[in-house]
Amino acid sequence: MNGGVDAAYLVLGAVLFAIGAAGLLVRRNLLVMFMCVELMLNAVNVTFVAFASALGDIGGQVAVFFVLVVAASEVVVGLALIVAIMRRKPGATADDISLMKG
Amino acid sequence: MTVLSVLAQLSGPPFESLPIDWHALAPEVVLLSVAVLITLVDSIGLERARPLMPGLAGLGLLGALIPVITLAVEGSDRVLFGGAYVVDDLSLLLKAVFLLSGYVIVLLSTNYIAEGDYWEGEYYNLLLFSLLGMVVMASARDLITIFVALELLSIPAYMLAAWRKGDRRSNEAGMKYLLMGVFASAVMLYGMSLVYGVTGTTLLEPIGLIFAEVGTASVITLGVIFVIIGFSFKVSAVPFHTWAPDTYEGAPTPVAAFLAVASKIAGFVALISLIYFGFLGQSDLIEPLLFILATLSMFVGNLIALRQTNIIRMLAYSGVAQAGFMLAPFAVAASDPETSLKAVVTYLVIYAAMNLGAFAVVIALARKTRSGEISSFGGAFQYAPALTVAMSVFLFSLAGIPPLGGWFAKFSVFAAVVNAGTTAGYVMAVIVAVNSVIALYYYAQVAKTMWMDPVPDGDMTPVGVPPSLGWAIVLTAALTLLFGVLPGLLGDVTDSFDLGHLELLAFPG
Repeated sequence: MNGGVDAAYLVLGAVLFAIGAAGLLVRRNLLVMFMCVELMLNAVNVTFVAFASALGDIGGQVAVFFVLVVAASEVVVGLALIVAIMRRKPGATADDISLMKG
Repeated sequence: MTVLSVLAQLSGPPFESLPIDWHALAPEVVLLSVAVLITLVDSIGLERARPLMPGLAGLGLLGALIPVITLAVEGSDRVLFGGAYVVDDLSLLLKAVFLLSGYVIVLLSTNYIAEGDYWEGEYYNLLLFSLLGMVVMASARDLITIFVALELLSIPAYMLAAWRKGDRRSNEAGMKYLLMGVFASAVMLYGMSLVYGVTGTTLLEPIGLIFAEVGTASVITLGVIFVIIGFSFKVSAVPFHTWAPDTYEGAPTPVAAFLAVASKIAGFVALISLIYFGFLGQSDLIEPLLFILATLSMFVGNLIALRQTNIIRMLAYSGVAQAGFMLAPFAVAASDPETSLKAVVTYLVIYAAMNLGAFAVVIALARKTRSGEISSFGGAFQYAPALTVAMSVFLFSLAGIPPLGGWFAKFSVFAAVVNAGTTAGYVMAVIVAVNSVIALYYYAQVAKTMWMDPVPDGDMTPVGVPPSLGWAIVLTAALTLLFGVLPGLLGDVTDSFDLGHLELLAFPG
């Protein structure tokens, strides 16, 4: 490997991924948690494109399109769920969805 | 000159579509058509069409089984899309498991969904799309195909878990499942991007050959760990199991059965494809990693299941422990690839039958008790003897008592880890044995409550079991007994797998 992969892109991807993962675990606002997931998925996209252009292979760039489409459909379902939760309890955070334990 | 002809000249030679083997894709095509048909019938017939939905979905699933059988009879392996999609005996068996599990889930859902005033057309539509994702997963031999199949099966499942829209517990179930699932997908994808970066391909076969040659490297290690962790969420292996009990409890019970059986098996199918067709060469990494996951899952799942009072939560933690049993053969994946692969597949098939049966009996009994507490099932033998006997069959099968199916499943796993002849294999055999004993305690506890305890409120009215639910229980009980009494049936199928490539990946050179 390393056939011309610019390490900066990979570092950018890794940092974005770490920020997203940390944010998802730390933040309690459901919308912000979703934004963090998007950040993680886009970190994946950056990594895929960096490798694809270094390898001169189209496969990685194709993967990015699939990731984009899937991320969009995940957000559609996620926002619908957030709306359903907010209707029952306005201003709910991740701490409020803890009816079940044990 | 028209615009079109200019474009035609610019774009070079005319586009030729790839030859597509429609027979190999027939199960998927049938499932997709039925899912679309359900949406059409639902939007045209509205309220009048509601009673048709379960029948349509069930027939569609059995219809999709026909091409699976014709493909199995014909017997030749078919490779599509440059190796990304393979239809062989292994994938056909798994497809049949998914379709039959789906059929049983439809039977379980029929009365539950119809009586609960839920949306029926959409429910069965999403169920079929999720099953379509699983059927695709069984054949996927490519990172992108695996990812798309995983999302196709997961996204409808998030919605199904939150199906009781007005109930906060169901909302919570869906939200927890979604957040954990999406997080797991992101982790898995990051791992896949690293694997792609090292190997330059997304196809598992070349990845396997490259991994077998290059030995260890830090980027490969990171990528493989991330991918396996991503799927550990899906199969609810400890320490990535925390969503499972809450989601099962809050979701409608047939959906909990769907997540506990079909969705979990799909996660294992992805692990089988990834490990046995791709990552086998990295044995120094995957064997210890899966050893730890399996050990933790068995101990934590079993010990927490011991103190559960709700039957769904108990089944959820027992499912975590069962995932540990299914992960155990992976701990000797590279030492004895063929036997361990067969043991995992055997366990998956039998687990589907016995766990669906247990959920079916719980759904039937909860129609009377209206509760998931184990104590509410006390004295069930006095008013529902047949259900109690059926539940005992499923519970003791889950515990691994001969001559029930679960016994053969546990035996296959045990034989596989011992057969490998490695120290890790022998240690794993001891762990499997110890955990089988722990598990027996809480399964037997539920059976004891149902047979011996007094009826809590003295209400002795018999349970009205609707025909579809009764048929589901008979079907799963028959399969559970059949696999235990005639283990050779399943053995013949797994023996027919063509696994010549395994030696090449596990022992290069």
